[in-house]
Amino acid sequence: MCLGIPGQIEKIIDKAKFLGEVSVSGLRRPVNLACLQNDVTDLEELVGEWVLIHVGFAMSRIDELEAKRTLELLTELGEMQDEWQEAQTSLKATG
Amino acid sequence: MKYIKEFRDPEKAKAVLQEIEQLTQQLNATAENPIRLMEVCGGHTHTIFKFGLEELLPRGIDLIHGPGCPVCVLPMNRVDDCVSIAEREDVILTTFGDAMRVPGSRKSLLQAKAAGQDIRMVYSPMDALQLARDNPERNVVFFGLGFETTMPSTAFTVLQAKAEKIPNFFLFCNHITIIPTLRAILADSDLRLDGFIGPGHVSMIIGTEGYDFIASEHRKPFVVAGFEPLDILQSVWMLLKQFEEQRCEVENQYRRVVPTQGNLAAQQAMDQVFQLREQFEWRGLGSIPESGVEMRPEFADFDAEKVFAVRDVPVVDPAECQCGEVLKGRLKPWQCQVFGKSCTPDNPIGALMVSSEGACAAYYNYGSRWREQAEAEATL
Repeated sequence: MCLGIPGQIEKIIDKAKFLGEVSVSGLRRPVNLACLQNDVTDLEELVGEWVLIHVGFAMSRIDELEAKRTLELLTELGEMQDEWQEAQTSLKATG
Repeated sequence: MKYIKEFRDPEKAKAVLQEIEQLTQQLNATAENPIRLMEVCGGHTHTIFKFGLEELLPRGIDLIHGPGCPVCVLPMNRVDDCVSIAEREDVILTTFGDAMRVPGSRKSLLQAKAAGQDIRMVYSPMDALQLARDNPERNVVFFGLGFETTMPSTAFTVLQAKAEKIPNFFLFCNHITIIPTLRAILADSDLRLDGFIGPGHVSMIIGTEGYDFIASEHRKPFVVAGFEPLDILQSVWMLLKQFEEQRCEVENQYRRVVPTQGNLAAQQAMDQVFQLREQFEWRGLGSIPESGVEMRPEFADFDAEKVFAVRDVPVVDPAECQCGEVLKGRLKPWQCQVFGKSCTPDNPIGALMVSSEGACAAYYNYGSRWREQAEAEATL
């Protein structure tokens, strides 16, 4: 019920009605942009942006910088694990 | 699609799982004495089962599946009222696909549709509004339900209907709100929980500050999480890290979508259209104060509850159904007496078997290996 899918805003159809068009995996469909009206001064600024779509509404912009940060943290966790594994291996080898 | 593959990367998942394993050991959590984390949102329950995360996590972590599937907690009498509205000759009833199969005491909406009532599935409430424009001689009722994720779309649709003065569009409002629900869960003395995996998409609307009382008053860490497997694993890791460092905070793992302040335009629209109900009935949980919303008096002309004089008489759930116990985390789905026997996704008795986000349907579809393992261990 609460799931959303990412889509990219292709164009603005009707500014007064907050209506745009998104592309989701190559499929195009109308999307309501009312939830994003406070984010921009002109809806045209949203063209090209990735948004999270739920029941025909773009609910939130997807922040690429934050996504990268989260993924970097996960990569760091992986690196920490690698170091830990190496330490364990060398302990075994020297012990 | 953006950030789906990246948050399903098996290599990264392996690393997080190793970290989780180590922290679980350090915290002395075991199968007998586990750390109990509740994922509040049904969408998380779905991801957890679809990707088998419960089987990947150490046995010292017990995931309790919370009440965050709005379809599952909808009480029978609201479905009955909806069927009654649909039975009126002049009505086209519209709703989301999820709501169609929820059992009522007489019938589900799907059964009512089979019996000849004009009930239509829509993807968006705006589609229901379009139906009203296209069918001026009929009354189009939208059966709206869901937490704050879905509430803004309904609010904007009602505002649009009012702006266009569409006389034949009505909302049967069954929206529910998350904070009072969490308060009710925390007040339940039987429920021992150590922390929460917080709902991602509800939070993108309401923000994260509303959860502060959970950390400050109830001393439970709370991590708002995204919906991909790595999002959930990372959130579990963040919760364990808080235990290890003896912190107790509200954290946001899902920053790419959830701003701290939420979505102000959506909040304003919800506030314009809706007000809190004194009480709202939940299936399995009973009545929770201020947990539901209704339309404000200035939108009475669009309020199906007022226009069609909805009865709202409580109905008792079937005696054999133990959805309430499962919702509160006291029973695992497969411990319910009718699970997989007389209650299946094709023929659900309880609502938790209806939606793909319901804990029972998720277990039924994806959880068999885990269940067999647990049952085998129990008989040893």
